[in-house]
Order: sequence, then structure tokens, then C-alpha cells
Amino acid sequence: MKEYDVIIVGGGITGACTARDCAMRGLVTLLIEREDLCDGASGRNHGLLHSGARYAVNDPEGARECIRENKILRRIASNCVESCGGLFISLPEDSLDYQSLFTDKCREAGIDARIIDPKEARRLVPEVNPGIIGAVRVPDASVDPFRLTDANSLDAVRHGADIVKFRAVTGFVKDAVGRVVGVKTAECEYRGRQVVLAAGIWAAGLARKAGVKIEMMPSKGALLVFGHRLADMVINRCRKPSNSDILVPDDAVSVLGTTSDKIPFEECDDMRVTAAEVDHLLAEGVKMVPSLATTRILRAYAGVRPLVSAGGDARSASRGIVLLDHEQRDGVPGLITITGGKLTTARLMAEQATDLVCRKLGVDAKCRTAEVPLPGSEPFRLKRGIPSWNLAAIGRHGSESGKMDFMDGGSELVCECEQVTRAEIEYCVRAFGVRNLRDLRRHTRIGMGTCQGSYCVDRAAEILAELLPGTSARELVKDYLQERWKGMIPVLWGDTIREAEYMRRRHANEV
Amino acid sequence: MQESSTSRLNFEACLKCSICNTVCPMMAVNGSYPGPKKAGPDQERYRLKDPAFYDYALKYCLNCKRCEVACPSGVKVADLIQTARLKYAPRSSHPVRDAMLASTDLIGSLASPFAPIVNGVLPLKPVKAVLDGAFGISSKRTFPKYSREKFVTWFRKEAAPAQEAFGRYVSYFHGCYGNYNYPQLGKDFVKVVNAAGYGVHLLWKERCCGVALMANNMGKQAARNAAVNIGSFTKALDKDEAVLTSSSSCTFTLREEYKEVLGMETAAYKDKLMLACKWLYEKIEAGEVHLRFDPGFRMDLAYHSACHMQKLGWQDYTIRLLRMIPGVSLTVLDQNCCGIAGTFGFKKEYYPYAQAIGERLFEDIKAAAPQAVVTECETCKWQIEMSTGVPVMNPISVLAAAIMP
Repeated sequence: MKEYDVIIVGGGITGACTARDCAMRGLVTLLIEREDLCDGASGRNHGLLHSGARYAVNDPEGARECIRENKILRRIASNCVESCGGLFISLPEDSLDYQSLFTDKCREAGIDARIIDPKEARRLVPEVNPGIIGAVRVPDASVDPFRLTDANSLDAVRHGADIVKFRAVTGFVKDAVGRVVGVKTAECEYRGRQVVLAAGIWAAGLARKAGVKIEMMPSKGALLVFGHRLADMVINRCRKPSNSDILVPDDAVSVLGTTSDKIPFEECDDMRVTAAEVDHLLAEGVKMVPSLATTRILRAYAGVRPLVSAGGDARSASRGIVLLDHEQRDGVPGLITITGGKLTTARLMAEQATDLVCRKLGVDAKCRTAEVPLPGSEPFRLKRGIPSWNLAAIGRHGSESGKMDFMDGGSELVCECEQVTRAEIEYCVRAFGVRNLRDLRRHTRIGMGTCQGSYCVDRAAEILAELLPGTSARELVKDYLQERWKGMIPVLWGDTIREAEYMRRRHANEV
Repeated sequence: MQESSTSRLNFEACLKCSICNTVCPMMAVNGSYPGPKKAGPDQERYRLKDPAFYDYALKYCLNCKRCEVACPSGVKVADLIQTARLKYAPRSSHPVRDAMLASTDLIGSLASPFAPIVNGVLPLKPVKAVLDGAFGISSKRTFPKYSREKFVTWFRKEAAPAQEAFGRYVSYFHGCYGNYNYPQLGKDFVKVVNAAGYGVHLLWKERCCGVALMANNMGKQAARNAAVNIGSFTKALDKDEAVLTSSSSCTFTLREEYKEVLGMETAAYKDKLMLACKWLYEKIEAGEVHLRFDPGFRMDLAYHSACHMQKLGWQDYTIRLLRMIPGVSLTVLDQNCCGIAGTFGFKKEYYPYAQAIGERLFEDIKAAAPQAVVTECETCKWQIEMSTGVPVMNPISVLAAAIMP
């Protein structure tokens, strides 16, 4: 049996970043995930690369971490980040005193926050509420969490890491003195000298199996996906962080969120957005961007923040990085938990966790993850003669798109809303080991557009069934549409109910 | 919950059903054209993200609007493509040619005084070779002839005095073709409208409607023309009952494109600007107008509904009007695009597509073998006459020939 230096449990953004860091420092690394990579909270958030401005007033340290990481990711993950910039707008009911406190705190944290004329803000973002009384420009950006996780996992593998997906950790292997020396799954065991829990909210349940108690508080955040881009910048409300006060341009859609509510642990695996949440999100969002009231909503979804309890409500809990050395804290050697934090600071979380792993293993290796560009972000030249509708796929995968074969039918457009081509699908099947259309979606964007797969899903399923022997196209369609349907239910009206009806009629046997 | 959803040109109402693709004439003959769904609502989402997603293949769109007619969700598919072209299209590879073809009134006013020379020289092989080689105008194309006397010159001299006696009036938007190339159409119009008991006024100022300017990405010039025309319509409607037209593409541009593509206000005149056939049919139906037809008139005709006529949805007015003429035997042709799409079919690089698209219509016309094809569109006329040899008439000219002298 292969003896790993480190086993990382959880294939979200933190786990993938940690696997990359460990592998780059020469550790024999295993990343294990019960589902596909980026299936949990990492794939269910705003896609916002914080500048730190949102935290500047209440959490200066978090703000400083964010702006540092923001700058790093723009550099090392250029194909995952869109440097769109952000605005913090003040509505007539907001206080401009807060704006001046906010800009002072931003500057203290090293965030380039500039007060601009509301007129200038309306020029930058014509859809913004024309009644705004103030606006501050900050270096917020939009980031694709799926791509960022992919890029980290690809690099981890490139540096020798193993990734095992679709296999849940059911318990831990301990030696005679109670040291964690591996993880158990239903099928087999894996041995490793250090185990890192990077499983978000699910770390609490896993830790319990190792005899360790982590007080965590699942905080549900619901979001709405609007059909197209309403603003080319991230729009935030310049006030104390609250619900539904961020609108992010993510690729061809806009995402509005979030809410923040404590939920029981049982709900974490099957979160549904309620009608009340949708109404609340809309009512607040419309204040910032009035046209949200009349823009088609494609779906609603929710993620769960892994907050570590300090008492109080979910908004006031620390969003900071939590690194737990269970040897020191609980007397369980071999086990580390890295949780809390944010998508923006995942690389830093990984660095801190890997530093601790290295210390425990007595390895002296420096972190280089901030300097070395991720796969996809290397400089590259576009090949000549590639039909223009491949541009979206090339943009998504950056320099890695060189591995796609756009010739010989590779340019065939499969998902027309999100411009996913056969070449991109073939590449993703090879590079990421997808099992079905739900997995494929995370690596491409297939079915994430206007029709939510109603139109293209058959074509995609046929191609996937061809590439994955033993799968049935019909089953792939059924499985995928069920998942899409779940997100459409909370927003079933207007064009979305027409779309759902079209989906139902086209796929009468599958839905 | 939301009360309603709206988006520019209704693009988010697209369900991706792709019915539009099934009626697109260009998609059927050209594999490089992404088709209306992709070119319109699909790519619009990505163009909003980054203009780099503008697809050069949008140049193939004929702007025939068949996609819009077919769309069950009311998406302005072709307008999305038109506005994207105006906003993002790169500079034309043939800017001089495009400007020449698009500036129909400028070229018309230059050519008209020298009409015999222009008409004599244009069909010559060496001239065509130069136009083809240097400008990219297909040498296979037959050019419309220019008239030495413009319609407006004739009208002011010959017809204007007699109009004053009528007491009720309509204004006439004659269009560039009616003015510079084929003034007989305007003469026929005056004859028919006078026979209906109305006098004809010219507009205070008339500019080219701009359909060709828009198709050639000259949106600013089109907007300038539109402003002049809109001013003239408003002025005319103070005293005249309606502004009548004889060309379907001009009519459609003035009524629809000014608003949807150029973003101008059309409400003040839209309901009172229409093709003369619709106006006549409605007047006759209401019993306000009686036309007396020559019992000896006989003609075997086939009606072709131009793409923009279909977009207007008015082909039935013309068909019913023609059927009122006792001596007319009328075949209604299947609705197929002729392929020329205004200036599109004149361009060397598009000529083969234009002819391939028109093939089905040409076959139908040859099979029907009428004495003449009737259509409201002048560019359909050029294409059909060149490709089938069958003469093409505007319905107004048929009426003029059929009414009692």
C-alpha cells in the first residue's frame, strides 16, 4: 500500500489548493473527495474575488488577507479571474459617514478604494440605481471557483499528487497510541503520515469520527442567477454587510446574493432555496440595480459557509481562517483541520495548513504557490483558423486549451448558450475524469445558460455516452435535468416557467 | 416573484427552441453562418460580457426577418443581429463599394442626369470587370437602370397642379428606386390614388429610408436620414390622411427599424404610414373608395411576398386587392426568399449565396410561368428578372394598368 506523506480530505477549493501546495513542496500527496471536486460550498457561492473592502470595517485582518490574495490570484490564475473591478454604492437611506469610515479602513488595509462621483458610477454601470448618493471604486473581481479548483487540482497532479474522487471517507485509521495514520472508505484504506481535513462544514462530522469536537455553525447563503450581465462590475452596498447586497458578473450571467441563516447540519447535503429567500433577495437587490426586478432569473441555489462558532448569529461570526492542530488542541496527533476562510483566501489557507504539515513532518520547503502560475494561466498564443465560437472555451481553459483538438469536428457547438464545443468536452473528459453531465458542467458551463440544458442536453449526452463506455445517454439526460430542475423550482414564473414547460415537453420521458 | 421580465429586444424570452433556425434562408445554404438563434440571443449574452465575442459571420445575415416572424416567443432576433453589427462589426473590406451601394439617393442623384450614359456603360463587360475587381461588385449582376427624369421632377411639372382639386390628400414616400430608377411606378401611384379620389402630395423633404445604410453598418447616416423623414411625416400628417408607400422594404424600415434598430420615436406616424395597397384595400372594404376596372384587362400573375412584406404581415391586402381585378388570374407563390436582400446580392463574395437561396423561388416561378410576377420589393424585382427572365411588377402598376382609363 502506498504510504502518503499527507492525505487531504475534501476536494473543494481549499483541499485542491492544499494538495497543490503539498505536492509542490515535494510531499507524497493524496486528495480524497466523496463527490466531484468543487461539489460543495466551493461550487455554490458568488464567484466573487473579494478585494477585502467588504471586510475592511469589521475584520481588518481578513481585509488585508483578501487584498493580498486578490493580487496573487489575478497574477497566477488569469483564466479564472475577470478583473472587472467593483463599486460600493450608497443609496439615499445609507449614511455617507459610513462611506468615509469605509474608505479610511480600506486604505488602512492596503485596498485601493477611491470615492468617485455618482455620475461617474452611473457611466460605468448604467444599470445602477440612478438615485445613488455615493460610490467607491475598489479592486473586486469575478472568479470562477470551478476553474480555480480545476487549475489547482491539475497542478497538484502535475506535481505528483493522487486524486481520488467519488469516494467518501467513513472513518480514520489510528495506531496504538491514538495517532491518525490514515483514512477509511467503504472500499479501502489509505495510509498517510498527516491527515488534513479540508471539508468545509463537513469537517465537523468527520472530526467527530476521529474523536475530536469542532463547534461549527452551518450558515446557508442563497443566491439567484440572472440570465445575462446587468453590470460589468461587482456592485456592493456601502453599509454594514447585510443580506443580498452583492451583484457579481460571472461569465455571461449575473449572480445576486446572499442570505446568511443558521441551518441544521442535516440540511447541508440538500439545500433548497425557499420562496421567502427569493423574495427577500429580490427586494434588496432591486434597490441597488432596479432592472433586477424585470430580468429573467434562471435559477436559485444555496451554499453553506463553514463558520466556526464563537456564539451569536451567522453574520457576526468570524469569517477568518481557522487552522486547528488537533495534536496540540485535542491530543490527537496526525490530524489537522483547515476551515473557515473564503474562496478568495483559499490559497493562503492552503499555505498555512501546508506549513503546519511540513513542520509536523520535519520537511523544510518553502511555499511557492503565490509565484508559480496555475495551469491555464501561462502565456499562450491563439492558434490560427479556430472558428470564433470556440473563444468561450479557450477563455475558460486559457493556455490549457492548447490541449483541445478543434479540428475534425472538434468545433461542433454542443451547448449553444454557453458556447461549449465538442473539443472542450473531450478535453474535460480526459483531464478531469467526469462521470456524467453534472460533473461536466463544473468544468465547462454546459447547461448553465438560458435553457438550463433543455435544448443541448441530448447532444451532450450522446457525446458523453460515446466517450464513457457503459453509460446510457438517456440516463445522463435524466440525471442532469433533475439537478437543473431543482434550481428552477424556486423561480418558476415568467420565461423560466415557459422554459421549464419546454424542458418538460422535450424530455417527457426523462423529467 | 417578479411581475414581468423585459430585456433589450426581448432576447431573454428565447427558449432556445430553434424554430428560427429552420426558416433562415442563409443557414440553409451556408455552413459558416451560425444561424439566427446563435447570432442573436445566444451570442448577445457573450457580447455583453466582451465585444471580442462578436462573430464576423454575422455579416451573412440577410436581415430578412423570417426568424422574427417565426419566433413564438417574440424575440427580435434579426434586430439583435442588426444592432450587434452596427455596434461591433469591424470595418468593411470594401468600404467604398459598401458606401456606394448603400447611398442609394446620393448615387441616384449623381447618375440620374447622365442616365443614358450610365445605363449604356454599366452593362459593358470591361466596366463590370473593373467593378468586380476593384470594388467587389459581382460582374454577374445585372444593374437597375437609371431614369433621366426623376419622379419628383415629373411630378412637379406634370402632376402637381392637378392635385389641388381633390380636397383630400395623401403624401407619397416614393423611395430612391421610384425616384431615380423607375419613375413610372410613381406615375402609376398618382394615377391609382387619383382614381381613388385623393390628391397626392410629396413630402416636405424625403431622404432614403436607410435600409441599405443600416445593412452596410452606416448607422449614423441612417439616423440622420431618419430624423429628416420623421420630421416630414409629422408635418405631412397635419393635413394629409396618410403617408403612403409603394416599396415594402422602405415601409418596413420606416415603421419598424427606426424604432428597434435606431432607437427613434415612431409612434406619431407609425399607424398612418403604410403601403398603398393596404390603404386602398381598407378604403374599398369600408366603402369609401370605388375603383372601376377595365373589363377588357387580362393578366396572368404570380404573387411573391417579399421577406419584409411578410414581416409586416400585409401580403393578404395585396393579394385580395389584386383578386378584385376581374381579369387577373393570380397564383400565390410559396414564401421563399429571393436571396438578393437589398445590396447583399450585389457583392461579389455573397453573390453565390444569393443565387443559391433564390433557387427554390426561381424554380416555382418558372413552373408557374406567369406573364409577370407581382411583388412590392424592388430588389426582389431585380433578382427575379435577372434570374428567371420573367418581368416583375409592383401591384400599384398592375392596378394602374387595370383601372378604367
